[in-house]
Amino acid sequence: MALLEVDSVTKRFGGIHALNAVSFSVEAGDVVGLIGPNGAGKTTAFNVITRLSPPDGGDVRFAGDSLLTTGASGVVRRGIARTFQNVELFRGLTVRENVQVGAHARAGRRTADELLSYVGVGPFAHRRPSALPFGTQKRVELARALASAPQLLLLDEPAGGLNAEEVQELAAFIRCIRADFELTILLVEHHMGLVMGLADRVSVLDLGRKIADGTPAEVQSNAAVIAAYLGTAA
Amino acid sequence: MLAFTWSELAQQVVDGIRDGGIYALLALALVIIYRSTRVINFAQGEMATFTTFVAWSLMNQWAHLSFWEAFPLVLVIAFAGGVGIERLLVRWVEDAPLLTVVILTLGLALLLNGLTSVIWGGAEKQFQGPFSTQTVDIAGAQISEQDIGIVAVAVGLVVVLALFFRFTKLGLAMRAAAVNRQSSRLVGVRVGWMLALGWGFAAVLGAVAGMLIAPIVFLDPNMMQTVLLYAFAAAVLGGLDSPVGAVVGGIILGLTITLVGRYVPYVDSTLKLPVALLLIIVVLLFRPAGLFGRVSVRRV
Amino acid sequence: MKAKLLLEALSFALLVVAVVFLPHHVSDFHSRELATVGMYFIALVGLGILTGYSGQISLGHGAFMAIGGYTTAILEVNHGVRDIWTIPIAGLVAGAAGLLVGIPALRLSGPYLALVTLGIAIAFPQLPKKYGHFTGGTTGEILNLPKAPFGLHTTPNHWLYYLTWAIALMLLVCAWVLLRTKPGRTWQAVRDSETAAAASGIGVPAYKTLAFGISAFYAGIAGSLFAIATSFVNPDTYPIVLSIFLVVGLAVGGASSLAGLLAGAAFVYYLDNHADAVARWADHLPFVSVNPQQSGIPSVAFGAVLILVVLLLPTGVGGLLHRLLRPLTSRLYSRS
Repeated sequence: MALLEVDSVTKRFGGIHALNAVSFSVEAGDVVGLIGPNGAGKTTAFNVITRLSPPDGGDVRFAGDSLLTTGASGVVRRGIARTFQNVELFRGLTVRENVQVGAHARAGRRTADELLSYVGVGPFAHRRPSALPFGTQKRVELARALASAPQLLLLDEPAGGLNAEEVQELAAFIRCIRADFELTILLVEHHMGLVMGLADRVSVLDLGRKIADGTPAEVQSNAAVIAAYLGTAA
Repeated sequence: MLAFTWSELAQQVVDGIRDGGIYALLALALVIIYRSTRVINFAQGEMATFTTFVAWSLMNQWAHLSFWEAFPLVLVIAFAGGVGIERLLVRWVEDAPLLTVVILTLGLALLLNGLTSVIWGGAEKQFQGPFSTQTVDIAGAQISEQDIGIVAVAVGLVVVLALFFRFTKLGLAMRAAAVNRQSSRLVGVRVGWMLALGWGFAAVLGAVAGMLIAPIVFLDPNMMQTVLLYAFAAAVLGGLDSPVGAVVGGIILGLTITLVGRYVPYVDSTLKLPVALLLIIVVLLFRPAGLFGRVSVRRV
Repeated sequence: MKAKLLLEALSFALLVVAVVFLPHHVSDFHSRELATVGMYFIALVGLGILTGYSGQISLGHGAFMAIGGYTTAILEVNHGVRDIWTIPIAGLVAGAAGLLVGIPALRLSGPYLALVTLGIAIAFPQLPKKYGHFTGGTTGEILNLPKAPFGLHTTPNHWLYYLTWAIALMLLVCAWVLLRTKPGRTWQAVRDSETAAAASGIGVPAYKTLAFGISAFYAGIAGSLFAIATSFVNPDTYPIVLSIFLVVGLAVGGASSLAGLLAGAAFVYYLDNHADAVARWADHLPFVSVNPQQSGIPSVAFGAVLILVVLLLPTGVGGLLHRLLRPLTSRLYSRS
């Protein structure tokens, strides 16, 4: 049984199908990438999984039990944490307090300070997030997500806004936290290099449907995937 | 409770529609500001009161103009005032958090209310309106030129505004500036001045409302305080961004309050304001866009 | 962090000392004035929790003060309850009303919540008139003069002062504890990003409603003390403008600064009650000739202050204090 099962999920916004009977699964211990061109429905999928957005059809199961019975604030208690594309930190709180909030409903063995030094933002503990560079803010958000000792971590475009060197560090970092925190990771990402180098499996969405699923090598050579990204030859 | 007669019902309906027209006039000002600047202007009532006092002074104190002589002057002054307020005060908090803008309009309301008292004193004044109050008997109800005039002006203004926003280039620019400032700037719309225009127009509408309402409720510095709540109720009911909604909402509200106040035994005049408030709450909870407003879906 | 704690403890100690010793150095009347400042302070602390920390606007908190005041009046007059015992009950009744308001408030965002709460401020004063048999209607209810218990030999004003400030200090400590620990962080998280707060496991609706309830509780207690102080309650004791005063105090003091709110309370009280002094001062300005007895002066002053605060000092006195003291606390921190 997979740790996370997305089962035929459909989500409509008005007349648009953001997600159309999408199914994929994430095995415990894996790093799974969710990719696709812009507008494919990746962030919508995240929002449905984390119960920020109710699906119009289908089910989402975590460790065998449906997630649809919990509200948005119950997801963390079940063991799922996430980061946001645009880094949603709490502006009025210090970095340390931001991480403390992460442990609001469910806490792990590590203290906020331990998490802060793990992600490398220890010196900034008493600063406000807005005073910090974007990359550093992303680390803080990651620490906040880790504070709940999740089983499954959802990363929403972690490489966004990072330069090449930072992306390399990020890849290594993701491998570290997977080991040190015994995590399963699902990431939405545009940066192909990061995803293909890191992921055990990749699912591809396009215009709300899943068009491919497999190892990075399989997906990269899939005709439908190539067509979705590059368009078909004229 | 008095016995029921048809002619009394007719009178209540006339009064209700006329009161509704009053609320609609101020509601139009609220809607125009909201539609052009996305601001809920808590100072709208006081702005209207202030300009009405200016009209009074032009007619009775500083000069002795007739209503129609003073009218255009007052509109110009109101327009200038509205534009001035936006350019001098509101523009600095355009991008500030909500609480800041709310407090600014509240401060403005207090300031204007105080200034009105200080300049003209707190005593009630008679205001000579443009319409005659002589009544005609129709189906047992007394209807005056004033009653019809108020509703006619409200409807007329809606038509003018609707045509303006729909069919003129300036109207389009103002709508664009309200909905998406960044993009509007990129296509050359002078967003700051569009917002100022919105305030100017609203001030003018408020002035018209004040000058038509004053003959009925008597002119004093607190004239618009309760009317403002009714106007907000009308605007919310009709849809905060819909001028048509403001008038329809106003009339529905006026009729409801008058008829409920007269025919439902429990509700007397002290409960009129709470009823209006209840209406606002119910509409906002269950149908936030009101009758004619547009619901916008935000992308998460 | 420790430095900040130290500074706050020190300030509180100073406040306690001031509270204890001031009445001996000022007139009896001034003690009463300071008591009223204390009542505004209590209401503002509650409002600070709601607006400054949980991020919800209320332009109608005067209504909760009225509920507290009327509860005290009804209990005292109709049921013979002693004035002090009515205070906690008044707080609880107002708090319950706050929870009730908090629930629909969840569905109203920013400007709409401001509108609805302003509506409450405008419409609420009508209710005591409607339910006159209960509340004394427009004529109101007369209460007993405040009197010290156990035959202590203090004047009513001194008694009122100590009663108010003892309660104020207790409630201040409670608020401080709440805000410096998990609930305070949680409210701020809700204020800053409801989405991220929910994703962190925070039950956003519960916390928002709770904030309404607590702030209404504080307002109810302040309202109850108002009633005891004036020994009289009618709809004009809690007018529309009271809700506006609270907002002014909030803006001037700085919504999330407990120290600032104390300044805000003092500011609101003195501006309202010494409008003639303001008018006389304004008279000195060129081009201005002001009759100090003219009504409307307080409104002009309040309005002007609100506008200036919004434009020049949006974080209020509290924000200013914070900026001034930050170099001090961060220097102490780096040494420790």
